[in-house]
Amino acid sequence: MSQVLVIAEHLNGQLNNSTAKAVNCAAQIGDVHVAVFSDSPAAVAEQAAQIDGVSKVLSVENVANSNALAATLAPQIAALSDGYSHLLMPSTTFGKDVLPRVAALLDRPQISDIMEVIDAQTFKRPIYAGNVITTVKAPEGLVVGTVRTASFKAAGTGGSAAVDAATVSADLPSHTRFVELQAAASERPDLQSAERVVSGGRGVGSEENFKVIYSLADKLGAAAGASRAAVDAGFCPNDMQVGQTGKIIAPGLYIAAGISGAIQHITGIKDAGVIVAINKDPDAPIFEVADIGLVADLFEALPEIEKHL
Amino acid sequence: MKILVGVKRVIDYNVRVQIKKDGSGVETAGVKMSVNPFDEIAVEEALRIREGGIDSEIVAVSIGTKDAQQQLRTALAMGADRAILVEADSEVQPLDAAKIFHKLAEEENADLVLLGKQAIDDDANQTGQMLAALWGRPQATFTSELNFADGKAKALREVDAGLELIEVDLPAVVTTDLRLNEPRFVKMPDIMKAKRKPLDTKAMADLGISASAKLETTAFEPPAGRTAGSKVEDVPALIAALKDKGVL
Repeated sequence: MSQVLVIAEHLNGQLNNSTAKAVNCAAQIGDVHVAVFSDSPAAVAEQAAQIDGVSKVLSVENVANSNALAATLAPQIAALSDGYSHLLMPSTTFGKDVLPRVAALLDRPQISDIMEVIDAQTFKRPIYAGNVITTVKAPEGLVVGTVRTASFKAAGTGGSAAVDAATVSADLPSHTRFVELQAAASERPDLQSAERVVSGGRGVGSEENFKVIYSLADKLGAAAGASRAAVDAGFCPNDMQVGQTGKIIAPGLYIAAGISGAIQHITGIKDAGVIVAINKDPDAPIFEVADIGLVADLFEALPEIEKHL
Repeated sequence: MKILVGVKRVIDYNVRVQIKKDGSGVETAGVKMSVNPFDEIAVEEALRIREGGIDSEIVAVSIGTKDAQQQLRTALAMGADRAILVEADSEVQPLDAAKIFHKLAEEENADLVLLGKQAIDDDANQTGQMLAALWGRPQATFTSELNFADGKAKALREVDAGLELIEVDLPAVVTTDLRLNEPRFVKMPDIMKAKRKPLDTKAMADLGISASAKLETTAFEPPAGRTAGSKVEDVPALIAALKDKGVL
């Protein structure tokens, strides 16, 4: 029987939803334990204990764990993983930062972005920004992997696993120091986790004109995005860029306005639920992947959509 | 400061990737290859550190076939001082790449290793973190701003919750995010100059690395495809279609 250890992601006493998604993946492999590393883990451990499919929560209290630093967490996670068949973390910036450091300490290869479990050793994962899906088999021994959160629904709540205090002995380095977290300033939802996204491309024409994108985004409670062309033209900041070298997103609704649909942009949105394309050019390649296309001037169409909402 | 910077040869980001007919991998024959875009940002950052007044030697490193010399020449044309190619004919997975960088970082006495946060071919996002672990040094991943003072570095990291500022002692490993900088355009005279810069070749065996247990890839397949939907006439029809799909 496989025994899976999932490392919980949390901030300010709140368990991150990515943990329940990783648990859902883990439950397809075997019995699931969740470990919470914190300076005061009780509240988070209690939330983790309620996730369906978790049989035990290990609570590791240490003042050094007040911030999630990879250099500090990795040796502790490596020590705690002894005896487990699988070690999983969500494929968020937290998991991506920490788990490879653990894998190297354990001299194990890592499977990044598990999107499907075939069996306990075999998984599907995307490469080339999701343009190719590979099946990979882990070698004998501990399996180490991150779980692609867009591929797994969060496990439900209603469980009541036991919470055990765990102690790990590991030498913790002092070479890395947390200074501060500047929370995202935008009042719009985070582009990467938003359920709805409205993006503009070169067709928007200017930084000033981008307000038509922001306005519809706000009306929809959506995040605002942009194509590389719009970013390169200086219409909006880099962090709004959607695409292979920008952000890869999978919202339920994606509205692309004035975006022609370069390959690298399509790569960033191909896992979206419903893609809407609004473009004056009826031959724009974006229409080949859009679920709903509207051939129209975005400056007329977007305000009209707002009126109908 | 001695800076090692990783330069991986990958399929250009503008190319539509094709799976080989026999399903054994991704077609690379006759396909445009480039420096991994995140590594190009790493090279640019090394140059800016020097231009910012920190006297630096910049060593570009690639792991792969002889063809990767092309990408190292690009890094040299951008302004790197010399290059090292660690030759490998078969796929090198992140753990072994990290072991190679670890050996080189020690041999070269590097103060800083700058790597792209991930390569756009395998999308693993592991090598920098693994290197930092093996080397026993700090890591600053997803970095979008980097400053040095008093033998330390401050890195602003792009994390899901916002921007995280950390301070690390040197030597350290830094991986680059998109916002760190915009790589410069390479000029023709610099390409000519780059041909005369030193490029050393090493074999993995020269570095005394024993290969790690590997992931075995048993299948390559296209993702579930998206097909074109339908066009609507006007905005009311669009709204109706969105309601019909349950997304409004």
